[in-house]
Amino acid sequence: MLRYSPTRLLKRRALSAIGWTLAVASFLLVAIPLLDILYTVFRKGLSALSLSLFTTVTNGISGGLLNAITGTLALVFGALLFAAPVGILAGIYLSEFGRARFGRSVRFLDDVLTGVPSIVLGYFSYVTLVIGLGWQFSVLAGSITLAIMVVPYVARFTEIAFLQVPNSLREAGYALGFKEFTVITRIALPLALPGILTGVLFALAISLGETAPLIYTAGWSNFLWNGRLIHEPIGYLTYVIWSFINQPFRSAHALAFAAAFLVIVMVLLINIGLSLLLKRNRPLRPGQS
Amino acid sequence: MTLRPFRIMLVLATSLIPLALLAILVFLAKYSWPAIHFNGWHFLSGHTWNLGNLYANPVRQRGQLAPIGANYGILVFIVGTLLTSGIALLIAIPVSIGVAVFLAEGLKTRLRGALSFIVELLAAVPSVVYGLWGYVVLTPLVAHDLGPGLRAVLGFLPVFSGPIGSGYGLLSASIVLALMVVPIIAATVRDALAQVPPETKEAAYALGATHFEVVRFAMLPTVRVNIIGACILGLGRALGETMAVLMVSGGALNYFPRNIYSPITTMASFIVSQLDSAMQDPTGMAVRSLAEIALILFIIAVITNIIARLLTGTSRHASL
Repeated sequence: MLRYSPTRLLKRRALSAIGWTLAVASFLLVAIPLLDILYTVFRKGLSALSLSLFTTVTNGISGGLLNAITGTLALVFGALLFAAPVGILAGIYLSEFGRARFGRSVRFLDDVLTGVPSIVLGYFSYVTLVIGLGWQFSVLAGSITLAIMVVPYVARFTEIAFLQVPNSLREAGYALGFKEFTVITRIALPLALPGILTGVLFALAISLGETAPLIYTAGWSNFLWNGRLIHEPIGYLTYVIWSFINQPFRSAHALAFAAAFLVIVMVLLINIGLSLLLKRNRPLRPGQS
Repeated sequence: MTLRPFRIMLVLATSLIPLALLAILVFLAKYSWPAIHFNGWHFLSGHTWNLGNLYANPVRQRGQLAPIGANYGILVFIVGTLLTSGIALLIAIPVSIGVAVFLAEGLKTRLRGALSFIVELLAAVPSVVYGLWGYVVLTPLVAHDLGPGLRAVLGFLPVFSGPIGSGYGLLSASIVLALMVVPIIAATVRDALAQVPPETKEAAYALGATHFEVVRFAMLPTVRVNIIGACILGLGRALGETMAVLMVSGGALNYFPRNIYSPITTMASFIVSQLDSAMQDPTGMAVRSLAEIALILFIIAVITNIIARLLTGTSRHASL
C-alpha cells in the first residue's frame, strides 16, 4: 500500500510543473515563427509598397503588380464561379439526403479529396486541360484546378450549416403544405446562409494563397489579362513570390515581398472575417444525425 | 415516384466529388501509361533522373520511343519525401500535443479563443509564404546558428556531423513542414481532448491527481486513436507539400542526403522544378514520367487520408 509521503507529492508537483512548462513552450515554439513570418512580410512588404505597384504591370523583374493582382482576382473568382454552385448543391444533398450509403461515401471521399496534394491536381489539369484539350496555360484551366481543390470545403461547410437548421422548422414547412424545394430554399437556406458564406470565404482564402496548382495551368504573363478564357497565360501574385525571390536583384525581391504582403493581408482579413462569422454562429459542429 | 428536377440537380452536383477523384486517377494513369511501361519497377529503385540526349534522334526501347540514354529513377525523391516528412512529424507530434494540451486545458476560456486563433492562422498562411520565410529567415538561421549548434551538441552522431552547407536542405525543409503540420494535428487533438467526458476527468481528480496528471493519465490515453489519426493526416499533408519545400530544400538531383543538412528534393517539389526541362523532351517521355510521379503521389495521399479518416472519423471542423 502507498503511504503518504511528502517527497513523493513534491515530485509529482514538480513533474506537473514541468509538463505545463513544456506545453507552454511548444505553443511558443509555433507562435514565435508565425509572428516572425508576419513581421518579416509586413516589414519588407510595406517598404516595397508604392502606388505604381497598383498602376503598372510587371516589366521583366521590375515594374508593378497590376497584372498579377488582377490575374489573381480573375483566377480566384473564376474558381468560385465553379466551386460555389457545385459545393453548395453537394452540401445541401449531404445534409438533407446524405444519410444513406451514397451520401456517407461521398462525405468520406470529400475528406479524401481535401488531402490530395495540390501539385497532383495541377498536374492532372496540365495533362487533361492544358495538353489534352489544348487550352494551353489559361485562366480557365487555372480556375478549374483551384475549383477542384476548394469544392470539398464549400460542400462540407454548407452541409454543416444546413444541419444546424432545426428539423422542427422543416417539419413546420411541410405541415403548411410546402414542397421539398420550398422547404429547402425558403426555410433552411436563409438560416444556413452565414455558414455557406463562411465556406465560400474559406475557399477564397485558400485559392488566394495557392501556387503549385497554378504554375502549369495558368502559366505567367507580364501583361494584363485580355479577357480570353483559353490560349492566354495569366499572372498571379503567388508566382511573383516564389520565382522573383530567386532572382539576384533588389527590384525582384521588393516585388516578391510586396506580393507576399498583399496575399498575406488578404488572407488575414478573410480569416478575421471568418472567425467573427464563426463566433456569431457558434456551434460549427458536424451533424449528430 | 415523380421526377424531381431539384433532387436530380443535387445528385448530379454531389457525384462530381467522387467523379473528380476517379478522373484524377484515370487520366493520370492513362497519360503516364507509356512511362509506366518504359520505366518498369526501375522507376522506384533507380536513383538517376536523366532526360537523355534530347538532340539526337529518339530510339525505341521496351516498345516506347524515348531519347537515347533517358533514364528515370525516383528513389532519391522518394527518400527525400520520406525523410522530410518523417523528421517533420518527429518535430511536430510532441509540439502539437503540447499545443493541444495547452489550448484545451491550460487556459481560461477567454484567452483560449485568442490563442487558438494564432494556431489557426498558422494553417492559413499560404505555403509559398512559408517558403519565402524559410528562404529569407530560416535558411540563414540554419546555416549560421541552428546547424552549428546541433553539430556541436549531437555531432557524435554521423547524421548531425559533416558539412552544414548553405542552410538549404533536409533540416530547413523539415522545420518548415513541421510548422505547417502542427496546426492540423493540434486542432484535431484539441477537439478530441474537449470531447473527453467530464466523468473521466472527475474520476482522476477524485483519486487525487494533479491537473497535469489528469491530462497525462486520464485524457491523453482516451484520445490515443485520434492522435494517431491526426498524425497520419499531417503526414499526408507533409508528403504532398510542394512550394515551401521547393524553396528551402536546395534541390538535390541524383544523390542521397549525407547528413541532416544535405540538400534534398521531394517528389512533389521535383514535379514543379522539372516540368520546364521535361517539356524539352520531344518524345514526351519525361513529361509522362512526371505524371507517373504525380500518380504515385496521388495514390499515397489517398491511402494515408483513408487511414487517417477511418481513425479520426469525418472531419469535425469543415476546414480540416
